[in-house]
Amino acid sequence: MSDSTAIANGAPEAHGITHGHGEHPSYQRHHFESVAQQADATNFAMWLFLLTEIMFFGGLFTAYLIYRNWYYPAFVAASHQLNVWWGTANTGVLISSSFTMAMGVWCAETRRKSGLVLCLVLTFLLGLVFLGIKTIEYSEKIEKHHVPGFHYSVQAFTNPASDPDTYKEYKDQPMPLDMARHTEIYFFLYFAMTGMHALHMIIGIAILGFMILKARTGAYTGGHVTFVENFGLYWHFVDIIWIFLFPLLYLISRHQ
Amino acid sequence: MSSTIVSLPDQSTARIPKTNFITKENGLLSWLLTGDHKRIAILYLISITFFFFIGGALAGLIRLELLTPQSDLMATDTYNKVFTMHGVVMIFLFLVPSVPATLGNFLIPIMLGAKDLALPKINLLSWYLYVVGGILVLYTMISGGVDTGWTFTTPLSTHYVNTNVMSTGLAVFIAGFSSIFTGLNFIVTIHKMRCPGMTWFRMPLFVWSHYAASILMVLGTPVLAIAIVLVALERTVGIGVFDPTKGGDPLLFQHLFWFYSHPAVYIMILPGMGVISEVISTFSRKRVFGYTAVAFSSVAIAVFGFFVWAHHMFIMGISNYAMLVFSLLTMLVAVPSAIKIFNWTFTLYKGSITFETPMLYAFGFMGLFTIGGLTGVFLGTSGTDIHLTETYFIVAHFHFVMVGGMLMAFLSGIHFWWPKITGRMYPEKISQLAAVVTFIGFNFTFFPQFILGTLGMPRRYAAYPPEFQVLNVFSTAGASILGVGYLLPILYLTWSLKYGEIAGNNPWQATGLEWQIQSPPLTENFTVTPIMDHEAYDYEWLENEKAKEVASVG
Amino acid sequence: MSEITHQHAENHGEHEHHITPPIVYVIIFATLLVCTGLTVWASFIEMGVFNPIVALAIGVFKATLVVLFFMGVKYSTKLTKLTVGAGIFTFLVLIGMTLSDYISRAWGRW
Repeated sequence: MSDSTAIANGAPEAHGITHGHGEHPSYQRHHFESVAQQADATNFAMWLFLLTEIMFFGGLFTAYLIYRNWYYPAFVAASHQLNVWWGTANTGVLISSSFTMAMGVWCAETRRKSGLVLCLVLTFLLGLVFLGIKTIEYSEKIEKHHVPGFHYSVQAFTNPASDPDTYKEYKDQPMPLDMARHTEIYFFLYFAMTGMHALHMIIGIAILGFMILKARTGAYTGGHVTFVENFGLYWHFVDIIWIFLFPLLYLISRHQ
Repeated sequence: MSSTIVSLPDQSTARIPKTNFITKENGLLSWLLTGDHKRIAILYLISITFFFFIGGALAGLIRLELLTPQSDLMATDTYNKVFTMHGVVMIFLFLVPSVPATLGNFLIPIMLGAKDLALPKINLLSWYLYVVGGILVLYTMISGGVDTGWTFTTPLSTHYVNTNVMSTGLAVFIAGFSSIFTGLNFIVTIHKMRCPGMTWFRMPLFVWSHYAASILMVLGTPVLAIAIVLVALERTVGIGVFDPTKGGDPLLFQHLFWFYSHPAVYIMILPGMGVISEVISTFSRKRVFGYTAVAFSSVAIAVFGFFVWAHHMFIMGISNYAMLVFSLLTMLVAVPSAIKIFNWTFTLYKGSITFETPMLYAFGFMGLFTIGGLTGVFLGTSGTDIHLTETYFIVAHFHFVMVGGMLMAFLSGIHFWWPKITGRMYPEKISQLAAVVTFIGFNFTFFPQFILGTLGMPRRYAAYPPEFQVLNVFSTAGASILGVGYLLPILYLTWSLKYGEIAGNNPWQATGLEWQIQSPPLTENFTVTPIMDHEAYDYEWLENEKAKEVASVG
Repeated sequence: MSEITHQHAENHGEHEHHITPPIVYVIIFATLLVCTGLTVWASFIEMGVFNPIVALAIGVFKATLVVLFFMGVKYSTKLTKLTVGAGIFTFLVLIGMTLSDYISRAWGRW
């Protein structure tokens, strides 16, 4: 048993069937028999919550797969409108934030308070960078009238030459109007999926802010790491969603 | 041979225990901010009863309209709103939370030997989400209702109605999270908080059925949530996901909607089946036949339930191959349910059967659920479904399983555990009368609807050809009897709170940890963590315990 | 009696808490970045029907690394692994069976 594991496990508790009141740490709720049970139960609960999130995004992935199958040319042309470098950068940012979050959990488990705070702050900042890049991307889309339902314009697809930056790179052929109209479905999926993802990021960043404040007081480096661990699971899950969104939305077909 | 197993303490000296979860703390806030699973269960019981009567009133309006072939009681648009609201209220605000959120919340920790559910605050949040969902539905009703049918089929709901789809959608979205959190809580509790000795196969079958239902709640409900989000976006922004003119497919909504809504019917029925297992065992004085089969069949229903949803879409435009596959799989899912009916029947065989009210409801369940389930086979067969779908046959089928099945199971459970929850017995004679009245009323209401359906009367129509009137009048007459049957419990159960006999710990002589503690229970359920050293439904163990019991002092 | 308490202990999560050393996280981090570069590079190459397959395969590989190491599932209880499996399975049922309808529509009547 390594030192860090020994520190993390803490002193073994007498596993009595009945126990007096003063024998458990203040953060152990009364309906639990032991700290270990509480940590185990809350960890399992977080995994179950992530299952609900998988199924929630599942509906969007289903829609994506169906419409990509039906309107492949529209999806290809529309995905050329996304900047692959912003997308790659964002993927790198999120992977890095997952790394810093995992390091943060390690710091909590090994009771390194300043390390934990640093990792949480880095995760927080990387999250903000991600959202910043997303804002840049979204505003580009808004400018070009590629937001479904808000004066959506198919001009970039029926007449690719009208969009010089994209045309330079991909030399797309002009598309017949009915297929061009289906790019609106691609953009709906783009906004719905990345928007839902961004919403989860925002919630995560807000909780990170709260956690940074509590971490500075040593709340998570006294042996009670459950909150940080479970939040880590949530954060990694949001990363995984992006790991799939990136190739599905940005990398449909960049070879021309 | 006595005709009842009820064994009450001497009424002249018996008292409700002074310290119990109800008397522990006073004041409205102690209830509204409670973490105690038993108090939350009662909060739920009050709210779902309220919504049940709203749904019931809407049903009354439907049946009144259908007395005559013309649409003369209300405009057809209004009729559409009435049946939609009836469906929304009854399904999302009554049936889905009925047994899990009331009896499940109350009993699961006690049955497992735990002090509370794993996440008490999430439990309370779950109730508040339910209340918010309910308020939004009330708001929808006040501001003119919604008329798409509870199934929100696109493109009607996205493009062609100007009624309150958004507020109803939001209500269902929020109530869905209530359901998810309840299920999540149950799964964690069942896995992680069983007392020493409580192995999986010593748990009451009530717990197994809630475990299976909880898996469905956690995995299925989010898909409904995303379906609602997409409808909302389609209605407000016009994204085109379900709009054929923009290349979308309206059928995609139905895939997402029914992916939840089929498992939803199992979410509704499985907890009821758990109640029936407990009741049938107790009132036959016999362990449930084939415990393992019943336990596994609950989980099998949950798993298979995910594979059959497109049988709601046979006529909607899915491919023939999908029709074939889903029809086949639907046949499979009927098997575990049938296994349960067989097991309950074999439990009754050579048992010492008595006919207290919970048992009457249980018998009603077995008969009516079987009929409802068998008619489901006609609907699962795609050939016959083409003729029977969207007719009154479907309406009769789901009312048999949901009302004849689930609602009877709910009432059975309420009566069975009423003494444990309140410490008092309900009045037996009038409750037996109510059970019989309900059974008679139910059959008069819904059996004619099978005939109407096969004759071709479509569902969701306010006006119908005059040759269907006789059966409709029959059905409405039955509905009035049914209404009386449902009203009576409200009256006598409320009465019993003050005047019912004191029940004592175990009026039914039942096994199960909940019957070994006081009625009503203490807030922490147990003073000492129990150690489970016997199998479930072990009546011999119960005899030994009784022999050791001190009946009087001195 | 000791059986009961031992099984009880397992119920109560006295599964030894594994702490992953930081070097593992660094290696996984680097691998993920490399895979990201790989998937971008692959998208610029014409591979016909293999483009989406390669992209999804790399995505699945990356996600697996995150699940196993960053989320610690490799060192978790069987229950956690089962839970992850159940989620993935249900997700695949949703996508797979829905898609099976859409794909088979093109096959004509029979």
